[in-house]
Amino acid sequence: MKDTLTPPAAVPVIEAKGLNLVFQTADGPVQALREVNLTINRGDFVSFIGPSGCGKTTFLRCIAALEHATSGSLTVNGMTPDEARRKRAYGYVFQAAGLYPWRTIAGNIRLPLEIMGFSREEQARRVDEVLNLVDLAGFGKKYPWQLSGGMQQRASIARALAFDADILLMDEPFGALDEIVRDRLNEELLKLWARTGKTIGFVTHSIPEAVYLSTKIVVMSPRPGRITDVIDSPLPKDRPLEIRDSAEFIAVAHRVREGLRAGHGDVL
Amino acid sequence: MRNLLPILTVVAVIVAVWYLAAMRMNAAWVYDQAARDGIEVSLSQVIPATLTQERPVLPAPHQVVKGLADGLFGQKITSKRSLVYHGWVTLSATLLGFVFGSAAGMALAVGIVYNRAMDMSVMPWAIASQTIPILAIAPMIIVVLNSLGVTGVVPKAIISAYLSFFPVVVGMVKGLRSPDAMQLDLLRTWSASGAQTFTRLRLPSSMPYLFASLKVGVAASLVGTIVGELPTGAVAGLGSRLLSGSYYGQTVQIWAALFAAAMLAAALVGIIGMAERATLRRMGLAR
Repeated sequence: MKDTLTPPAAVPVIEAKGLNLVFQTADGPVQALREVNLTINRGDFVSFIGPSGCGKTTFLRCIAALEHATSGSLTVNGMTPDEARRKRAYGYVFQAAGLYPWRTIAGNIRLPLEIMGFSREEQARRVDEVLNLVDLAGFGKKYPWQLSGGMQQRASIARALAFDADILLMDEPFGALDEIVRDRLNEELLKLWARTGKTIGFVTHSIPEAVYLSTKIVVMSPRPGRITDVIDSPLPKDRPLEIRDSAEFIAVAHRVREGLRAGHGDVL
Repeated sequence: MRNLLPILTVVAVIVAVWYLAAMRMNAAWVYDQAARDGIEVSLSQVIPATLTQERPVLPAPHQVVKGLADGLFGQKITSKRSLVYHGWVTLSATLLGFVFGSAAGMALAVGIVYNRAMDMSVMPWAIASQTIPILAIAPMIIVVLNSLGVTGVVPKAIISAYLSFFPVVVGMVKGLRSPDAMQLDLLRTWSASGAQTFTRLRLPSSMPYLFASLKVGVAASLVGTIVGELPTGAVAGLGSRLLSGSYYGQTVQIWAALFAAAMLAAALVGIIGMAERATLRRMGLAR
């Protein structure tokens, strides 16, 4: 929002060095990640973009301690991903909202708070706060099937924000939604990011979405999964939707496309 | 009740076919009697005669209704001829066996889902247990338990539990395993313990499956109890009414007991259905 201020000192939050992940499948070993080196600083909005099989979701899951690397190092907030997970360092948003149909929206947002042992009053307060944050105030008592896809996904994001994690990991959260809803949610996500100052890791396969949302774009390519380009976005932090027609935007999108095409032709 | 008219139509057709079948099947006896007495009988005399016999081959619907009403309302409740008394004997064993069987089924299901050794070993045995004809095992169980001094409701309840645990195991295992990988991953990101995953995710997800298998289980329980009553020498219960009716050729008694058992089963399944609707509505799963 205030891009005239000098940026704060870059504090690395997620650091990957020489990360490798090999899956042993029935058809033989598959290298999902090869020599991934990446540093994500506090307050960054990092998008991971690439074709399917490039390892972007796998990398996100490694950060979340849902997968474990076969070699190399990965630290989150200076700890191993498992410790960070236990210390509630991040919230995860999947492509499907994954709300429990037998709980109301408020009940769904309360779920991680119940598991983590917050008190009843604390839970109620946080649920209200976070519903306001995603613009779903007043929908707490509704059931998921009464909400549209976009609203369910917003509830899912609210759930990931409820316990004050510094990091938000989002795996193609708007992939299942139509473009109009997606545009609106992109805007809302940017506002949310500006308001909360969280570090966001965002997996997508939409180039405009990646360029519009992020401060840093990581272009990946498959077979084996690796990073082909890391682009620090020159676009200002305060971005109206119209910026997608500007020359700067198109230049960045072009660079992303080049990175994707370069990864396509490699045979390693 | 939009479907009342179609139901009544189907019932009417069934009753009509039943009457025709009764007339057809009971006619042979009437002709035999007439031949023995040396009388010629016309069709208009035969038809009423087929529907009012004391021991018909196939009782007519009105005879069954009369027998049922007689057994339910025409006797003192404590008398050995009362269907209410026998119905209660069967019901008590059914309910006891159903509770045992469902509890055992749910416990086995939890074990199968959470323990690899049980997962690989229990299912084949459970399936094998159901392939043995219950009519063969029931007398053995009853005789063995009687010789150990266990009589009355408990042996029948055990047979009834034996038949009802299997649908509950199968249904619950499917239900407990129904959450997908994404849901389980989500719980892992919150560092949920195994118990929290069970109570907050797996158990609620399994409710629809549980109720479906409970309905099958309660019907199987009733069958088990009736089968258990057959070998005990026709002492009490609807099964004993069936057996004594067949010993003495009282076909109306057999059919009345049959209908009483069917009504009992329908009532039990209906009660579980009501519990299902209430629970799922409270859980927000019913629309």
